[in-house]
Amino acid sequence: MIYNEEFETLPREALRALQVKRLQQVLERVYHSVGFYKKSLDAAKIKPHEIKSIADMGKLPFITRQDLRDNYPFGLFAVPMSNIVRLHASSGTSGRSTVFGYTKRDIETWSELMARSLAAAGLNKNDIIHNAFGYGLFTGGLGVHYGAEKIGASVIPMSGGNSKRQIMILQDFGPTVICCTPSYALHLAEEGNALGVDMKSLKLRVGIFGAEPWSKAMSAEIENTFGITALDLFGLSEVIGPGMAMECLEGRNGMHIFEDHFIVETINPKTGEVLPEGEEGELVFTTLTKEAFPLIRYRSGDVSRLITEPCRCGRTHIKMERVLKRSDDMLIIRGINIFPSQVEAILVAIEGLEPQYQLIIDKVGALDSLELHVEVSDKIFSDSGGVKELQKIEKRILKDMKDYLGIAPNVKLVEPSTLKKTDARIIDKRHI
Amino acid sequence: MKVEQISVFLENKPGSLEHATRVLRDASINIRTLSLAETSDFGILRLIVNDVEKANKMLKEAGFRVSKTVVVAVEVPDKPGGLHSIMEVLSVEGINVEYLYAFVEKSGQNAVIIFRFDAPEKAIEVLMKNSFTVVEGSKLYEF
Repeated sequence: MIYNEEFETLPREALRALQVKRLQQVLERVYHSVGFYKKSLDAAKIKPHEIKSIADMGKLPFITRQDLRDNYPFGLFAVPMSNIVRLHASSGTSGRSTVFGYTKRDIETWSELMARSLAAAGLNKNDIIHNAFGYGLFTGGLGVHYGAEKIGASVIPMSGGNSKRQIMILQDFGPTVICCTPSYALHLAEEGNALGVDMKSLKLRVGIFGAEPWSKAMSAEIENTFGITALDLFGLSEVIGPGMAMECLEGRNGMHIFEDHFIVETINPKTGEVLPEGEEGELVFTTLTKEAFPLIRYRSGDVSRLITEPCRCGRTHIKMERVLKRSDDMLIIRGINIFPSQVEAILVAIEGLEPQYQLIIDKVGALDSLELHVEVSDKIFSDSGGVKELQKIEKRILKDMKDYLGIAPNVKLVEPSTLKKTDARIIDKRHI
Repeated sequence: MKVEQISVFLENKPGSLEHATRVLRDASINIRTLSLAETSDFGILRLIVNDVEKANKMLKEAGFRVSKTVVVAVEVPDKPGGLHSIMEVLSVEGINVEYLYAFVEKSGQNAVIIFRFDAPEKAIEVLMKNSFTVVEGSKLYEF
């Protein structure tokens, strides 16, 4: 089903015209309300009114995640705080985190985008949605929640964790839809098996998955284990959250990007040059309708390919393939985005530690596991030489990782020689 | 009256203790006694050696994390109740022991207990007051 027939099936020419009109409006707005954009457009010697077509977009400067961090917390907001009704944020310590604001209308826009996404998965008010995306500062849980309410479905706001309780509710409440990260779905299946629950016997019909890369093989495994259709949902918290793009039930090939709200470009991550639609590159998003936190040419770091072929579902919006690669060093661990620089910031903040470390990521069963090896610094060891002191440091590292990044690694102190053997700070043993 | 102990940080993995003992052998360091404290992922090798400075230097050069800790060595007769006689005194005086390990002298008459105390000065004072023999570092290194 198509939630917003008028906009989702707009002929491409009309869609382009709408995009240009909205782009000009948003450019005028940010130029006059956000210091960053005035500065960056002035530096590029371009005025908002000079952008007359999508082809002109290449003249506009990019905005990067670093810019977002530099303007932490509210420096890029385009409206006064009195108009902001919601704040979300990424993980990370001060200066390495990013904060996203929403006006009342932004929340309505986001809800509609999620409603469109759920409708594209064939859902309606008769569905019961088990929402196991995390609620809180992370956009996943609340994004799906508002969309689910908008289509009138019944939402179970599960959030993540407490797997046994999740299994109980899956059995007792009989949800028809599950939303979570794909690896968490497989983890639930493992837990269910251990409890003697046949996941196929549940009433689940559809699964909507996102927030981490997943392979075709993984979708097939989820579909077989649960006896459901597994669909792909895309969103970036910086841009708005889940619901930027959704795989449709009819097409089963890529996710429609809701182009009346976003302009998507693919660029060569090294040169910044815009690539022809269909070539693999880094995705760059521009928000057309967001009020509180508009982004002009935001470099997402996600590498994918756009699909221009018309879709049998009737939507005219362009599609993107699944994101399996990054153009930067961001890691996605259990659906949480982590940058090595954030880990480094945590380590240097602990007295006596040096940022000599290695992150080792692997899979244990369906879930990602993270080991953090930290070199015992000369300072720490010569000051104490004791077991208790070292264990205290291990606990402190674990706690700070949990508090700031929302992830609990297995922390291990190592000899300097262990890290010297390999230069790699990141060892990712997962195969996607 | 204090003795210097060398502590070496070791990962729990095959070969890491062997590496440390190899460095000591190559430097002709004699180990008087030792103990190994372990947790699930690392260990600390505690050594009393005949040449503290040299051992410290060679291990550091080999890339180990090394620290020097002050411990107290006490001589007791090597017979039933020997250790207990010390513990009784420490208990009465409220002195906390962090860890201890022991070895028997070559003569076979006495045992030497190596103590790590929170407050070594106070412990030495109490032990001497109670007529225990607190062994000098220099004597211990060259036994």
